[in-house]
Amino acid sequence: MAKQLNAIQKHVKGDLKAMNPDIKLRVSDVEKFFPGVKALDKINFSVKKGTVHVICGENGAGKSTLMKVINGIYKQDSGRILIDEKVVEINNPIQARSLGISMIFQELNYMPEMTIEESLFVGNWPRDKYGKVDWKEIRKRTLELLEKEKLSYSPETKLKDLTVSDIQMLEILKAISYNSDIIIMDEPTSAITQKEVEVLFNKINELRDRGTSIIYISHKMDEIFRIADEITVFRDGCVVDSRPKEDYDMDTVITQMVGRKLESVFQKEDMELGDQVLQVKGLTNPGKFENVSFDIREGEIIGFAGLMGAGRTEVMRALFGLDAYQSGEIIIKNEKTDIKNVKSSIDKKMVMLSEDRRRYGIIPVRSVKENVSLSSLKRFIYGGRLHGEEEDRTVNDYCKSMNVKTPDMETSIEALSGGNQQKVILAKWMVTNPDILIMDEPTRGIDVGAKHEIYKLMTILAKQKKALIMVSSELPELIMMCDRIYVMAKGKITGMLKREEFTQEKIMAFATATKSQSGVDII
Amino acid sequence: MNTINKNKLWSDMKSKYSIYFVLAALFVISWLANENFVSVENLSNISTQIAVGTILAFGQTILIISGMLDLSSGSVLALAGVLSISVYKMTGSLIIAFAVAIITGVICNILNGLMVTKFKTPPFIATLAMMTMARGAALMYTNGQNIYQIGDYVKFGQGKIMGVPTPVIFMAVILILTWYILKHTVFGRSIYAIGGNEEAANASGISVNKIKMKAFIFNGILVGIAGVLFMSRVNGAMPNGAIGYEFKALTAAVIGGTSFTGGLGTASGTLAGAFIVGFLDNIMVLVGVNSYLQQIVRGAIIALAVIYDIWAKTKRTKRKHDLK
Repeated sequence: MAKQLNAIQKHVKGDLKAMNPDIKLRVSDVEKFFPGVKALDKINFSVKKGTVHVICGENGAGKSTLMKVINGIYKQDSGRILIDEKVVEINNPIQARSLGISMIFQELNYMPEMTIEESLFVGNWPRDKYGKVDWKEIRKRTLELLEKEKLSYSPETKLKDLTVSDIQMLEILKAISYNSDIIIMDEPTSAITQKEVEVLFNKINELRDRGTSIIYISHKMDEIFRIADEITVFRDGCVVDSRPKEDYDMDTVITQMVGRKLESVFQKEDMELGDQVLQVKGLTNPGKFENVSFDIREGEIIGFAGLMGAGRTEVMRALFGLDAYQSGEIIIKNEKTDIKNVKSSIDKKMVMLSEDRRRYGIIPVRSVKENVSLSSLKRFIYGGRLHGEEEDRTVNDYCKSMNVKTPDMETSIEALSGGNQQKVILAKWMVTNPDILIMDEPTRGIDVGAKHEIYKLMTILAKQKKALIMVSSELPELIMMCDRIYVMAKGKITGMLKREEFTQEKIMAFATATKSQSGVDII
Repeated sequence: MNTINKNKLWSDMKSKYSIYFVLAALFVISWLANENFVSVENLSNISTQIAVGTILAFGQTILIISGMLDLSSGSVLALAGVLSISVYKMTGSLIIAFAVAIITGVICNILNGLMVTKFKTPPFIATLAMMTMARGAALMYTNGQNIYQIGDYVKFGQGKIMGVPTPVIFMAVILILTWYILKHTVFGRSIYAIGGNEEAANASGISVNKIKMKAFIFNGILVGIAGVLFMSRVNGAMPNGAIGYEFKALTAAVIGGTSFTGGLGTASGTLAGAFIVGFLDNIMVLVGVNSYLQQIVRGAIIALAVIYDIWAKTKRTKRKHDLK
């Protein structure tokens, strides 16, 4: 009888996947949908015991989404996750932790006022028999851990007095203290110095030797090839390929990361370019971007490509007056201008569509109408009174020309879809009649139909002699829309490409470059 | 399609006008509960009683819409009223006395505004500090004594123009002014935008600090006027007067649908909120409800109003998904 059962069990398991004792974590046919987007499309891959498994892909490829599924922050819509070849249910990070999974996030969330020992045991405080937190035990265990890992921190140091890499190290320590045998690291080197990277890599090697499986998310080529045992490339929510490092070279990884086709191609019309409208010379804000220079002419669309954290958004924010810059010149229509705040930028007829629509774009509780007219209310004032009828008419006209789908102009903007919200914000800027329009990720998080409408609008605007600056992480989109593309890496412009030179590979090469345009080492 | 529109219209009506339905219902219930409730005299009394608090509430409304509030209005009212009466006794000029009250209100609120905009103090803390300071200043100035025999000063709060009590006239004028600001000026629109999403308002070219400052100044003017009316109604300068009036004002604004998360609220809603509290207080006295119980009821109404506000908000966001 028992034998039979065993046979059945074996059969069932064999049906899932051949048993492989080396596999620690297996992801099988996992799918995840967000409104309007398929974020993960039947993901299959597996991580072996005691290896470093690098996952790479462009922004938005689905890496972080999958990691959040594995860590229990998101729940997959279908598919299975197996640990030691057994199907597990992971509904929250605490469950993930009890299954031996720990995640170290890209953006470290920590409580600055906590001490090291407090933070190590957050949510997991040892109690004494009266249910009181046992601080003696905490101190004892902290000291043990610190000693075991040969770290020379004092348990009483506050986190705010530590560097980012120290805190990262503590996160790893925490993971070890949970006896995690799967540690996920989401771009752990994005905020630490080269020297600290070495410390991190030593630690990773040590963990690997102990048999811990590490999932390491990165798109930095040099790192990937140093640390990886296996590499999986993600693109558009799918696994493109998964192989041991030895079977990969850098070019193959880059090609696999970017080799994406547009779902349907939008044809940009060629336009006569007019005079130069904007020239930026040596714009610098130390720590964020340095010596950024570019120019744009009437009717031109220029693109800004680069990886996350390359400094593109920061440059645009400074240009638009949202952040200050330390040095550099902004010349609008041959006139040197000082952009002190957003208002002075709008007065100079330069506006910006922010990448973060919820934060910098919409006024959620207010109506479509109020959102559209917000930046040009002065137009509707005479005799000290805001004239509703004329405002209504203008808002209506612009919403119609942008093809905004809304029941009426009094509907709260929250009730619209992302694409329509984006069009409302565009309408807001159009009412101000700008010459220069900065668009930071204008198609992020909106569906294909709305994307095409945005492309069409951009073409129309370019025809009206407006200058468009498009920041985007989607290379096909930049290649399709732009006349020229500037590429940034680590706060500097590393290259500029003309339309006839555009290829995804060339752009990626600049985006992962370690030398600036002028050949200066940028680290 | 048609039914959807009708449903939408109905739900819009419900959420937009629910406060007035409540007010009307309360009116009818009070009428049924006690026939003395609906008399010119009683209603005129209620209006006069709520006038000072409601004037403060209009200031709070503007501040709350823009994501702030003023805890100091009761104390600043006392300081403004005390200084005003003292100046009246020195000069004998009602006009100068009135001006002094307004200037006092404005100065205190400029300080509030500076703390909030320049030093980035949360409005709660900034105005809490001002609340304590202004009360102290009023007490120090008068040495804790009330000043009586204020002569013609009583005309501000106890006079009548064509049979209407002056405080009610002030209240009506300020209602219209607040409504006009919120509805028909760039200032008003900016206030809604800042309260709705300060960062987006800033990224749309609105000078956030300037608008916040203006909101405090407007509030200061109203607090000054309220100071004059209050002291005039109580026949003397009372440095310990109007304690807790800031909460009366906040209550009226919140019951009237001004959202503490910012970006929502109207002048007429606040007026309705003030009348709801006024009617309730009045009818509870008329039917002889225990005065301690009255307080419990008043508190419960605030809780209900806020719960409704949050409920309406989740419903709004739910509708978003329905649209999809």
